[in-house]
Formats: sequence, C-alpha cells, structure tokens
Amino acid sequence: MPADHDPHRGLLGIEELNRAEIDAILARAKDFQPLQSQSLKKLDTLRGKMIVNLFFEASTRTRTSFEIAAKRLGADAVSITASGSSVSKGESLVDTLNTLAAMRPDAIVMRHSASGAPHFLARHLPTPIINAGDGTHEHPTQALLDARTILDRTGRLEGLRIAIIGDIAHSRVARSNVHLLSKFGAEIVLCGPASLLPVELAQLAPGVRLTNDIREAIRDCDVIMMLRVQLERQHEASFPASEYFRFYGLQLEHLDLAKPDAIVMHPGPINRGRELSSEVADFQRSVILNQVENGVAVRMAVLEKVIG
Amino acid sequence: MPIVIKNGRVIDPASYTDRIADVLIVDGRIAGVAPNLSSPKAEVYDAAGMIVAPGFIDMHVHLREPGFEHAENLESGSRAAAAGGFTSVCCMPNTKPVNDSATVTSYIVQQARAKAAVNVFPIGAVTKGSAGEELAAMGAMKSAGAVAISDDGLPVMNARVMRRAMEFARSYDLPIIQHCEDLNLSAGGDMHEGAQSVRWGLRGIPAASEDVMVARDLVLAQLTGARYHVAHISTRNAVAMVEYARRQGLAVTCEATPHHFTLADEQMAPYDSNFKMKPPLRASCHRDAVISGLASGTIAAIATDHAPHPGSEKMQEFERCPFGIIGLETAIALAIEELVATGRITLTRMVELFTTGPESVMRLGRGTLAPGAPGDVTVFSTDLEWTYDVNQSCSRSRNSPFHGRRFKGGPMATVVDGEFRWKR
Repeated sequence: MPADHDPHRGLLGIEELNRAEIDAILARAKDFQPLQSQSLKKLDTLRGKMIVNLFFEASTRTRTSFEIAAKRLGADAVSITASGSSVSKGESLVDTLNTLAAMRPDAIVMRHSASGAPHFLARHLPTPIINAGDGTHEHPTQALLDARTILDRTGRLEGLRIAIIGDIAHSRVARSNVHLLSKFGAEIVLCGPASLLPVELAQLAPGVRLTNDIREAIRDCDVIMMLRVQLERQHEASFPASEYFRFYGLQLEHLDLAKPDAIVMHPGPINRGRELSSEVADFQRSVILNQVENGVAVRMAVLEKVIG
Repeated sequence: MPIVIKNGRVIDPASYTDRIADVLIVDGRIAGVAPNLSSPKAEVYDAAGMIVAPGFIDMHVHLREPGFEHAENLESGSRAAAAGGFTSVCCMPNTKPVNDSATVTSYIVQQARAKAAVNVFPIGAVTKGSAGEELAAMGAMKSAGAVAISDDGLPVMNARVMRRAMEFARSYDLPIIQHCEDLNLSAGGDMHEGAQSVRWGLRGIPAASEDVMVARDLVLAQLTGARYHVAHISTRNAVAMVEYARRQGLAVTCEATPHHFTLADEQMAPYDSNFKMKPPLRASCHRDAVISGLASGTIAAIATDHAPHPGSEKMQEFERCPFGIIGLETAIALAIEELVATGRITLTRMVELFTTGPESVMRLGRGTLAPGAPGDVTVFSTDLEWTYDVNQSCSRSRNSPFHGRRFKGGPMATVVDGEFRWKR
C-alpha cells in the first residue's frame, strides 16, 4: 500500500500516513477550533476552489461536517447523494467519477459502501479523493477527529489505554483508529463477541490486544470508544441481537472499572439502549458532542492540506 | 507437410525419454524420436537449446462460447492456448446455455473443429443448468464428445445429488470434477479470509469452505467408487485430504493453477480485481502446501482455470467484480520460474504436470511422443527472457495479474496434429 501512496494527493486512509503527517493535521485542526465559536466563521483560504461531496451511502454528520468545513474555508461545495445521481440509472462508478472529474473539482470527498472504492478510483482519476468512509475499511477523518478530541482532554496519545468496543469486524472507524493510535504508541484493546472480532485483527497494527470480555477491556483504560452496532453491514446474524446490550453494551457501572477520569466516545449516531445505556450517553465524561464539533475543524485541516 | 523438430532436448515422461533428439511428425502423427531424423520436403524447426515435449494439456479453461463471446470465444481462447504452449484444452460448461446436453456439446465440438487453433475437449455439466438439482444427460454428452463432467464455478451443494452424479459418472467412466466450495461458508466473500481481508475490510472466503467440500466429496468418492477430481486445489487441508484418499487407493486426483502456486494474498495489489478469483489467493502457508503437493505427486496437473472477463466488468468496485483471471499465456513461464528454477521440481516433473498428469485424469489419448500418437508437440525455452504484455494477448480479455512481469523461460512453438499453430 505505501508504494501507491502519494502524500500530496487526497486522503485515502490513516494506514498509509506517517506520524508527522498526522501531527500536522491535528495541529492545524487546533488552529481552526476557536473559529468554530466565533460569530464570523468564514476564511478565504480556499476561495475559488470547488469540492464535490459524493455520498453513495446515507450520512448526515460526515457530509454536513465536510460541507461546513469547505464553506468555512471559503470553498464552494456541492453535495451529491447516490439516489439522486446517475448511479441509479446504471452508470458505473468509474464513469460517474470521470464525469465529475471532467468538471474540474479540486477534490472529491467520497463515501461508498464498498471497501476500497476510493482506492480503486484514485488509480484512475486525476482529482484528489478524500475518503469519507469506504465500506468496512477506513474512515480516516473520523480517526483524526477522535484523536483531536482525546488530545484536547489528555494532551497525549502515547501510553494511553484505549478500549474499542462493539462490532469491530464491520467497523471502518475501528480500523482507522487502530492505525492512528498505534502509530502514536497507544495501547489498544479491541472487544466484541468472537463473531465480530476476527483474531487476525491482532495483526492490524502494533499494540493491539483482543478480548471478548467487556469488563476486561474497560479495566484501567483511559478512553472507552463505543462503536455503533452496524445492522446494515451484518450480512448474517453474527450474534443474537436480543442479548447484545446485556453483554456488550456500555452501562454506568462499567465506568467504575476504568480510570477515574476516563472519557467515553462514540462516532454516532448513537443507539441508546443498544450499544450504550442512555445514562452513559449523557454522562458528564462523555465527549460525543466534542467529537462532532472537532469534526469540522479536522476536516478543514484535511481540505486545506489536500487542496491548499 | 511433415515436420522435423531438430536438436532439442526431448522430454517425454510417458516413455521415460530425456535426451537430445529430433522429433519427426508425418501425417499428423508422431513418426519417430531419434537423432538425425529427416524427411524430404519436411519443414525443419531448429530447437537447439530448447525443450521439446508432448503437447501440453490444460484440463481447465473457460472459453465462454456459446453465450459470452464478448469475453472470449473458441477462436480467441484457443489461439491464447497455442500462444501459451498448449495443444489441448478442456473447456468448462458454464456457457450460455450451459453445456448440459449433447446438443450444446456437439455445437462446441463442431465450432472448435471449424475454428479452434488447438484441440478443444468439452466438459459437460453435472446438473441441468448447473443448478445443482437435476442430473444432466451425461451419457449422451459423452457420446457427443464430453470428456468429463463438472458444474465448475459452482459446486454441487446437495450431497445426495453429488452421490447420484458420482454413481452415473462411474457408469459412463467419466471423471467428475468438483469446484470445492461450501457456498454457505463462502457467501459474500471476495478474497481469502485472513489478516489481509481483515486489514482491507473485505469479506472473507475461509479455507474451511474448500476443506469442508473436499472432505464430503472424498467420503462420497469412497462410497461410489467414482473417478473424482478436485479442481484448482488451494488449501493445505485439501491437499492433505486428497493425499490421504489416494493412499487409501481411491481414484481421486486434483489440479493446481499457476496463480495458486505463485501468489499469496499478501502479494495482492490492494483492491485490484486482477487478483480476484475463486478459490482466492490464499495465505502463504496454503500456497506452500500446493507447491509441496505438486512436487510429491499428490497434485496430478497444472491447469490454468483461464477465466476471461472483459475490462468493463473488472473495472468496478472490488466486491462487484467477477471472479477469475486469464492464464493460458503465462502458465509455462510461471511453472519454470516458480517451480523449476526454485528447485522445487525437476523439468521432467513439470512436463508431467502438463502432459501425463492431466492425461491420467482425462484420458484424451494424448500427452506422449510415442510413435503413432497424435502429432501434438510443445517446444519451450528455459532461457528466453520476455515481458508479458497483456494488451498483446490473443485472448479477448485482459484480466491478468502478471501484466508487465518479466519472465525467464516460456513457450517457443506449438504443433497441433502435425501443424505449427503458433511460433514465437
């Protein structure tokens, strides 16, 4: 993978980035944070630039977040969803993208249900592609905004113990986070039922450990990252849904096992009562809304890096 | 016109021959193998420094005719075979319509006779439409020219249907070839299930999906006494089970493809559909077991599973692309580089894997340079340096992971029924 990677073009995944590149994005995102609460939020860094948001999969927060990020940098943004595009008329993905690329956008932000779809397109298109989530592979800007959120609280990633809990097998959020956190020397515990936690995940990156026991995962951890139960990616019944919450849902009493100042994260949208209890969602050390807020700053940093 | 192939190193495992000699072909048949042969008016081919072998047999190809001629047809596919050093190919029945009747078998035989560059032997379907339910008329297909039966591309999932198919196949003395894949275990999978599929977020095809089917079928082969053949074997357990069954004296054989002995999943280019096939490229421990099986004799044949797909179908999201790669033109070079040059097998063993091996399964009456045998000869070099440019392929399709690979060794000339059908 690194052989194909051109660091000056697009953002396909975290795996192929190095620590310095990630640091630069996170630092730049910090610069953009104060802007989010000012009354005048718009810069002209990317004035005259055009960004196409192409979403082949339903998304509210990521698409909106990219659109706002583009506009706050002064760029023009067009959002297209698959149902309204020529894809529904049977056009192939590569033809759709070639058509869009012919209109000379400066970047295409893309979400697709097929793992590797942006990587496949990047080989055939001149336009930089920013991956906004590909199948069950990567969701790089989510990992970046998660890292920004953890850093805002703890000031470091190195040496932290981070539990990622839920449907790891089908989670692009988990994969991107594992790559990022591992590069910064965090200790990562992945937790879920065995059918959603293939043993090969331990080889994904250094510093990864697996467990099927949520208590064991949470014990002494600094960060608890809950994943959404991705029913739309389950191609079969990988676990009895009726007892999922009982054994893998995060409940208030679990938090006693973690470090006293541990934070709770979730990429959203949350399913109260499915992967975490309502009390946990509203818990004072839950940073779920901080994650959303950081999403705009991080995506501004990414857009600036790719286009600026 | 007679042909004399002079001064080559003649390797004919069927007659235990390995020496410098000339091969004379008269009236479409082998007339002799000896030093200093000549014949008035004969076309002379100087094979000095080359290997001269019985015509190579590829017992597993997809020629796509009838029905999918945009991907390949009997003419283009057979020319690719000739350019790859093959003189005979056995074509799988997953055409449109499926070759599940004597009518389709006869059509393929007639079309091949009219326009194919090499010998084409059709394989009939096990079940009607390869739907896995009702047995096809295999006796009639055999009479029309079918040399084996298989539902390749799909396995026969129902064990009772498979049992009956084996019994009928045995009655007609036809080998039954199975694409071993438990479809419940492999459902939705796009590549080998392992560290790489987990990394790339692609759904996996576990090795167990092959193992489970091989195990079931070997038990049924024991029950029925059928001549049973595992197509494109790719897992460590499957090789071990076939070896066990053969030691028990069962009439069980298997084949391996060049891509399965050459590549492992870790060598795949990310999301490149030219690396997508069934069975998938496995982890390296499985590939190593395939190589050992080729060396030990457990695996009887190298077969390409040449599976053309047009670019438009392969230029998609990985999970939407069809399975399969072309392989006729790169098979000999890969066998030389990956098996012979590495010291894993001898040159003679390699020739066996392309001649007497597949002949022992398919019984085509070929695969030897014995006097009177059909005049099929493959001439190849172990020194020739060349680069595979898939855009120059004789095939109508371009789906090869070996495009641009530099090879040492490859086919030089192909003689079918006493005529040169291809020369480098």
